[in-house]
Amino acid sequence: MGKFALDLAHMLAGGLVLVSFMLLYQDRMSGLLRVFALHAVVLSASVAWQAYAQGAPHLYITAAIALVLKAIIIPLALDRMVVRLGVHRSIDAVGGIGPTMLLGIGLVALSMTVMLRAAADADPLAREDLAFALSVVLLGMLMMVTRRNAVSQVVGFMSLENGLILAATGARGMPLVVEISVAFSVLIAFIVIGVFLFRIRERFDTVDVGALDEYRGGNQ
Amino acid sequence: MSAFAAGLPFNPATAIIVIPALSAVALALMPGYRLTARLNVLAAFLTFLAALTLLTARPASGGYLMVDDLNVVFIVLGTFVGFTTSAFSASYIGHELEAGRLTPANLRFYHAMYQTLMFAMNLALLTNNIGVMWVAIEIATLTTVLMVGIYRTHAAIEAAWKYFILGSVGIALALFGTILVYMAARPVIGEGHDAMVWTALVEHAKDFNPDLLNVAFIFLMLGYGTKVGLAPLHAWLPDAHAEGPTPISAVLSGLLLNVALYAVLRFKMLMAANPEAISPGPLMVTLGLLSLIFAGFMLYRRRDIKRLFAYSSIEHMGLITFAFGMGGPLANFAGLLHMTMHSLTKSAIFFAVGHITQAKGTRRLSEITGLTESHPLLGWGLVAGVVAIAGLPPLGLFMSEFLIVSSTFAREPLLAVPLVFGLLVAFGALMLRLSGMAFGEPAGSTAPVKASYVPLFAHLGLVLTAGIYLPAPLVVWFQNVARLLG
Repeated sequence: MGKFALDLAHMLAGGLVLVSFMLLYQDRMSGLLRVFALHAVVLSASVAWQAYAQGAPHLYITAAIALVLKAIIIPLALDRMVVRLGVHRSIDAVGGIGPTMLLGIGLVALSMTVMLRAAADADPLAREDLAFALSVVLLGMLMMVTRRNAVSQVVGFMSLENGLILAATGARGMPLVVEISVAFSVLIAFIVIGVFLFRIRERFDTVDVGALDEYRGGNQ
Repeated sequence: MSAFAAGLPFNPATAIIVIPALSAVALALMPGYRLTARLNVLAAFLTFLAALTLLTARPASGGYLMVDDLNVVFIVLGTFVGFTTSAFSASYIGHELEAGRLTPANLRFYHAMYQTLMFAMNLALLTNNIGVMWVAIEIATLTTVLMVGIYRTHAAIEAAWKYFILGSVGIALALFGTILVYMAARPVIGEGHDAMVWTALVEHAKDFNPDLLNVAFIFLMLGYGTKVGLAPLHAWLPDAHAEGPTPISAVLSGLLLNVALYAVLRFKMLMAANPEAISPGPLMVTLGLLSLIFAGFMLYRRRDIKRLFAYSSIEHMGLITFAFGMGGPLANFAGLLHMTMHSLTKSAIFFAVGHITQAKGTRRLSEITGLTESHPLLGWGLVAGVVAIAGLPPLGLFMSEFLIVSSTFAREPLLAVPLVFGLLVAFGALMLRLSGMAFGEPAGSTAPVKASYVPLFAHLGLVLTAGIYLPAPLVVWFQNVARLLG
């Protein structure tokens, strides 16, 4: 593989980490969804480049799924949903933006140290891809922890899944069954979540998960 | 592949997967809950029969399915509990329908989901591909999420949401671990499907890059450990047990936790096959002890009967993980026996609890008293179940707990101290709660309840028999598995 191929793959994977950071500081729902769409576009580009560089045409399917489903359909659907629910203005976050970003940087440093050492004798593309993918996974998790709002938790979860797809495509020759199933599971997960969101709307008139806690009552 | 397809109708391993899958479709299409409830039982029974044939004739492992001593234990136990729970469920849901908590449409969905869950769990146990195993466990998670939320109350939705979020994060970590295992296997086995086939992996594991395997195991342990319900990743478990229908609590405790544990064990075997990789034992021992002691203390503060037994499941899964973490023929044997006994006992307890909550119309422990007087059969059934789960002789769990404790004393006396401490704490809590529930002045409704006692007492009978006499072939079989686990 040429040096250019390697550089471009790194740039795209690194771009995904960067967009994950952008997700962390969004304070408006519409902005969050737009950045998530960008996240999916970068993922799709990264996967498509892997497909070209590895000469693995089946990866184009994964790229197409990411582009159509996660960059277009899901953000649009979620956008309509949040407008209808009237929660598009602001996002409740636990802790400030500053500490969250610092924590995020720490997580990226952690995943770099762990993965670069563990995968030292894998080929360079896979090694750095794994390190970036783990960063995206951890940042997605951080987002799920620091957001109270159900929709932004869902976005956090989907960005986490994007990191997994990046890892799976970086692993050269990984059987297709896994990629398809990951994409498919996102779809199922989305349906499940959609059902939940509507039920939550039906009952609470809010999608703030914090509101759910009030109903816990004495059922501990 | 063609030989595999040709063998379809006659291969019991395939039947175990195909029967629930077809039943799920059929039950989704069929109206009328009485008929579907019976068909659900029938399908579960047929699956169990197919599982029993694995004991005698064992099909050869292929690229897709594999059958060895280890997963036969899980399959037979799982399909048996699946069958008895479906029988309990048939009597349970009739009452829920009369009480208006579920509609016929809900029930159709419920039965289809029940069989989908069975399908996913059997697939996870029988597949020879670690990627397919991951997919199957994910399907099992999603179906249980939907079933936990089926009552659509505030609490049920919250429980399902929490379960979904924590379960997804766990399953995501497990996928990352699976990818890392593939990465470790690829340079040795080569690209493609073969590098995810478990039998090939374990054969070549000694040549894998140990660093990559170590990181992979951490992710797999945390990921699947979330599904096992190990502290501190257990937060979903009590809610999911408490808010869903009681048959689902029985299946969760009796089956799904075991399936997740099975995944952990498979990867532990992979680690053990590589001499340079870290030993997975200490991690499992730590998580196991932590869960045991934490759950033991949490048992004292429960006010809800289903949450009480959910924490007891955390306690026992901790104990089982501890035993497998210790390793060695004796501890593995004890862990395996304890897992079997716990599945049988805990699902029996949930059968009793299901009928009790229906009779009393509440899950609050303070409003459930004097059961042995108001509902003698149910009350004594519960007493027997709790006595068993607390580890008193002569029941089966006494023997397995005794083996775990004595083998720990023999090898790591220092570890035995916190172990015994945790067991005693949990024992005290269970006895305290039991005396409140079973004896004293009966409170609330004393109306008789239409319950099916057969599954409850069948399980308790098995646990009692195992405590008194373990058949020699069973002992030999479990010893083989224990050796396999290393």
